Amino acid sequence: MKRLFNIGLLLVSASLAVGCFNKDDRNYQYFPNMYESVGYEAYGSYETFENSQEAKLPVEGTIPRGWKPYGYEDSNDGYQNAKANLSNPLPYTEDNVNEGKALYTIYCAICHGDKGDGKGTLSQREKILGIPAYNDAGRAITEGSVYHVMYYGLNTMGSYAAQISEKERWQINHYVMDLKRQLNGDPKREFVSEEEAELNTLVENTDATEEMSAEEHREDNHAAETHEEETTEGEQENTEVN
Amino acid sequence: MEKVNTRHSISRILLLLLVVLFSFSQNLIAQEEAASAEQEQSAEGGDQEAAVAATGGDAAAGKELFNSLCASCHKRYKRSTGPALNGVTDRRETDWLYRWIKNSQAMIAEGDPEAVAIYEEFNQTAMTPFPQLSNEDIDNILAYVEQPKPEPQAQAQIPGDGGKSSGSGVSNDIILGVLAFVLLLLIVVLVLVNKTLNRFATASGVELPVTEKRKPIWKAFVENQFLVLVTSVFLLLAGGYFAYGYLMQVGVDQGYQPVQPIHYSHRIHAGDNEIDCKYCHSSARVSKTSGIPSLNVCMNCHKSISEVADASNPNSSVTEEYSKEFYDGEIQKLYEATGWDPATQSYTGETKPVKWVRIHNLPDFAYFNHSQHVSVAGVACQECHGPVEEMEVMYQYSPLTMGWCINCHRETNVKMEGNEYYEKIHDELSKKYGVETLTAAQMGALECGKCHY
Repeated sequence: MKRLFNIGLLLVSASLAVGCFNKDDRNYQYFPNMYESVGYEAYGSYETFENSQEAKLPVEGTIPRGWKPYGYEDSNDGYQNAKANLSNPLPYTEDNVNEGKALYTIYCAICHGDKGDGKGTLSQREKILGIPAYNDAGRAITEGSVYHVMYYGLNTMGSYAAQISEKERWQINHYVMDLKRQLNGDPKREFVSEEEAELNTLVENTDATEEMSAEEHREDNHAAETHEEETTEGEQENTEVN
Repeated sequence: MEKVNTRHSISRILLLLLVVLFSFSQNLIAQEEAASAEQEQSAEGGDQEAAVAATGGDAAAGKELFNSLCASCHKRYKRSTGPALNGVTDRRETDWLYRWIKNSQAMIAEGDPEAVAIYEEFNQTAMTPFPQLSNEDIDNILAYVEQPKPEPQAQAQIPGDGGKSSGSGVSNDIILGVLAFVLLLLIVVLVLVNKTLNRFATASGVELPVTEKRKPIWKAFVENQFLVLVTSVFLLLAGGYFAYGYLMQVGVDQGYQPVQPIHYSHRIHAGDNEIDCKYCHSSARVSKTSGIPSLNVCMNCHKSISEVADASNPNSSVTEEYSKEFYDGEIQKLYEATGWDPATQSYTGETKPVKWVRIHNLPDFAYFNHSQHVSVAGVACQECHGPVEEMEVMYQYSPLTMGWCINCHRETNVKMEGNEYYEKIHDELSKKYGVETLTAAQMGALECGKCHY
């Protein structure tokens, strides 16, 4: 009978071992001090905050670095205004268009289709219907109207300002206009070479209105310089060690 | 060798029971997998909608036009960005409709009272002009629009499906329970029979074969010193192995699969609908964290998608386990959180946070940067996060231990193409190591300070 008891004990402990693995809970932690930090974790829930929500909007009036105001308001007038007057400030370089294509594939192609004909996966699977082709005559999109819609959204399309930065929106803009040309069967637009593009930005930088982008440019240069310094230092260390 | 005592059979049955228990727990999982595979196959069905030609137009041609031009803002039986269109021919003159569809803005500018009224009613949302449509095209669209709403035939089917699914889940448990009960009964019966037979034997004076006392096996074992030594060495090694295994998994959350406040299915979004990971987790491209998408990203699509397609639709993602009603309820939770009112197609302003449960979490002493891996190295998300596009419920696929990081850094080549930053250092290092391609480790990705500082 003792043997029976032992085996029963084994049975119970085995079923406990099988049953106690709970995938809803985290594993034990050894010295969890650095797992559960004193500082607030991103997206954390703490009573200090309203709704106990750590993720908050920036204080009203906050302007991110390098941000430029967008001068068209979210209305029919603003749309028509942007459509007529706004144009793409980025040079039409191959890099910009390729970058735009990569981003287009992530954010736009799912509805608008790889060719811009409005036949993306969601459209083909009849999840979202009525997506127009870029060469739709009634809409007659322009660089300005495309940017305006990306910025504010239009009707069922939401705003993409939170997901893509200003530069990225203009890169996508170049690619969208390229797709429109392809759909219409128009001739390809010639790429601007990198040198020409740089020259153009230099000329533009003398304008007072473009001061912001100039500053950005300088910052970029500075960043590149420090990077170079770091690498040379690193290499020196390497050689010393060897 | 002597005959083994029959009375030990009880313990053997118990051992058998143990084996059965384990093997069934395996079987159960296998069965579930097979069932879900079947469900996916059976989800295919035909589009039952019949094209009924209505007043003077071809509804089939109209459907195509409607889906490509109108459906972004109009639904047939439900208000969307624009009004529901079913019954529009009763409300308006056909000529008025022709003019309105071709250029609504001109009519509003002219001051047509009906046009201005509808413009004001829908918050001054301008309808795109469609000059390319002929009157015949518009007739076709109207014919499609005026088709009466089909009665939901699948309705009777769906609850049945739901019942069956939960039924099959329960029946597995029941079968297991019954089996366990039957085995238990058998054991009890055996014990009882053994007892009664013994009693009969003593009562009727039958001599039971009495086994002579042997030296107990444990005594024999203890006396054999060699055996004791070998066993203790073996036990120590085995103990060490299991203790090490146990200690090494402390703090590792591989397989962690918490229940989220909204049942978000990566299988439907990233798998069936092929939405790029970076569409929602857009900051993975440019920042340290991959980011949990804010709800406006959900609403990019769910403004128009307020319910999932039912099982009769070939594009349906509904399974037996998760019904259409279940998924529709989850979309409603999203609307509650964002304060979206589908009836008026506007935000009420009453929002509440969705308290997602974080799954992947590195301790503060380890530095990890998403953009470095996603944008610079071009590592696919699935390398670390596993087959997310097949996960109905998200779980942690990788152990996220240091050994796991190091291993990948040792095996993965650095992506040099088109990256000027690496050009010089690549030239020098490849000369130093005498190799064509450099692994991340050779670039210094194993240095402590790269991740711990």
